[in-house]
Amino acid sequence: MFFRALFAALMRRNRSLAMLALTMALGVSLATAMLNVMFDMGDKINQELKAYGANLTVMPKTSSILADLYNAGDTKANQYLPYDDVFRVKEIFWAHNIVDFAPFLDTNITIGSEDVPLIGTWFARHIDLPTGDSVDAGIVGLKSWWSVSGRLPDDNNSEVALGKRLANKLDLNIGAQLGDLLIVGIIDSGDSDSDKAFAPIEIVGKLTNNVGRISYISVSALTTPENELSRRAATDPRSLTTTEWDTWYCTAYISAIAYQLEEVLPQARVKQVMQVSQSEGAILSKIQLLMLLLTILSLLCSVLGISNLVTANVLERSTELALLKALGANDFQVSMAVFVEVLSATFAGGLVGYGLGLIFAQIVGQSVFGMWTEPKLVVIPLVVAMTLVVTLFGSLPASKMILKLHPAEVLHGR
Amino acid sequence: MNMLELKGVSVLYGSDVQALYNVNLEVKAGQWLAIMGPSGSGKTTMMNIIGCMAKPTSGSVILDGQDTSKGSEADLTAVRRDKIGLIFQQFHLVSYLTALENVMLAQYYHSMVGEAEAFAALERVGLGARVHHLPSQLSGGEQQRVCIARALINYPKLILADEPTGNLDETNEDLVMDIFKHLHSTGSTLVVVTHSPEVASYADRMAVLEHGRVVEVTDPPPFEHKGSRRRRSIYG
Repeated sequence: MFFRALFAALMRRNRSLAMLALTMALGVSLATAMLNVMFDMGDKINQELKAYGANLTVMPKTSSILADLYNAGDTKANQYLPYDDVFRVKEIFWAHNIVDFAPFLDTNITIGSEDVPLIGTWFARHIDLPTGDSVDAGIVGLKSWWSVSGRLPDDNNSEVALGKRLANKLDLNIGAQLGDLLIVGIIDSGDSDSDKAFAPIEIVGKLTNNVGRISYISVSALTTPENELSRRAATDPRSLTTTEWDTWYCTAYISAIAYQLEEVLPQARVKQVMQVSQSEGAILSKIQLLMLLLTILSLLCSVLGISNLVTANVLERSTELALLKALGANDFQVSMAVFVEVLSATFAGGLVGYGLGLIFAQIVGQSVFGMWTEPKLVVIPLVVAMTLVVTLFGSLPASKMILKLHPAEVLHGR
Repeated sequence: MNMLELKGVSVLYGSDVQALYNVNLEVKAGQWLAIMGPSGSGKTTMMNIIGCMAKPTSGSVILDGQDTSKGSEADLTAVRRDKIGLIFQQFHLVSYLTALENVMLAQYYHSMVGEAEAFAALERVGLGARVHHLPSQLSGGEQQRVCIARALINYPKLILADEPTGNLDETNEDLVMDIFKHLHSTGSTLVVVTHSPEVASYADRMAVLEHGRVVEVTDPPPFEHKGSRRRRSIYG
């Protein structure tokens, strides 16, 4: 009979219940959109920030020590990594988080009386890894902010791109030769790269007798924002307990990725480009906090809306509810009858709201990040829990009214 | 044996409104008692007290051997559920439930729901063809008969009716009184609060209330019943 009465109420009192469903749908749609974007945006923001360069530098241990000692920030110390090491970057646990990487060979050549810094690297290279995967890597992705006149060199040809200041200094332009190399592009990087020349690493190796050598590897990895645990681990991983170590190792902290790179490259030291990763963490945390606040605000509005509607509903039905008490229903039974009815309506609204929220999430993803927002499964139980909690809190004032309903007062005006 | 006994029942609203004053009343099992009185005499308060929807300020109410004046809210709810069948002047049917479902609702809160039994109860009050109609699709008389079927479905010890014909025309009043007479003939105990001398005339006894006091308990005065001669009873 309970479900028969519930079904009858849902079918025949659909106007007031539709208002409840609509209120919940609006709240849930906003919450769904915010949560999906919030969970998905970590990756999106990371990818956005990757446009500002690599966040890890792999260099020979000796170079690293010299750079640290003299605070040079310059890795040229005539120490090299073997060329094959570059492929091992994708062998770590977090290989899929490494979105781009490229080897660099720092050399100098003399053109006339000028000493020209010539950097060997990958531009846009397709690599088939021993694991069976394939990957596109190179400075096209790593230095996406470069403004290039002409084009970047082809990885298989004897071509070079000059930094803008270097080109001006040497008075060379596209189509001219830099030694044996054809100039195909002029790079405006806005930093010290404008003073350098860039050519395919194999060509530079041959020209400078450094075949099979790498000065350093730049790596761009998707990371989880840093926290206290990751900062402690970065200082000394051995200070962590076993559980903390497991948590840290299995989370994509920049320090964990650096640690794992050092595991596969024992002769290398991995340095974090802290400014970028820290900015990532700060921006991401703030935007996620904003999203969370919006979600909470939308749920609070839903609670208020549901509360008003359920209270009005109970006032409107006070005679009916008093009658149930007169027939022998206790307070719990009457409250449950109303609550389950309201919950059915709000769950229907929640379902519609979830669908709408997915659409809103796509709109936000497209308009803000220019990407589709991937629906996150974790949002579904959260939406169910939110619907339940919002309905419960929204029904509380009405439940108090139900407890105070006396059949004699309502049915006989006493 | 007394089905209902009120001993020195007084009801005070606030500090100065005395709705009932030292009321003593007995209703034997199977008896039909009419409670009459002018507006404001305390009829509704007495109905609430007898129907366990309120408690007296002082005195005791013994229903089927149980003192309901000392019980908690939960106890009163249980007594209403198990021992009393309530019939209201305003019918008070749940608007979105059919006639059948309204009767089954009383079954649900009492014990087990039996659709066939609810159907039979509606047939007994002449509504076998209207069981799937909503209250808004029924006439006033039909709604009152649904209310009666609902009150009777759990075989209550006491049927308590508040102005049961107050909103009905003569024909429907006759139909309802037919049902009450039939219930009385089968041994049911009835307490009917009414303004109508005609309705009161069917009772075994009549209690007259004035200013919260029972001023007279007597046999009802004779009344010439015209309505029942005009139509055929639903009980044949």
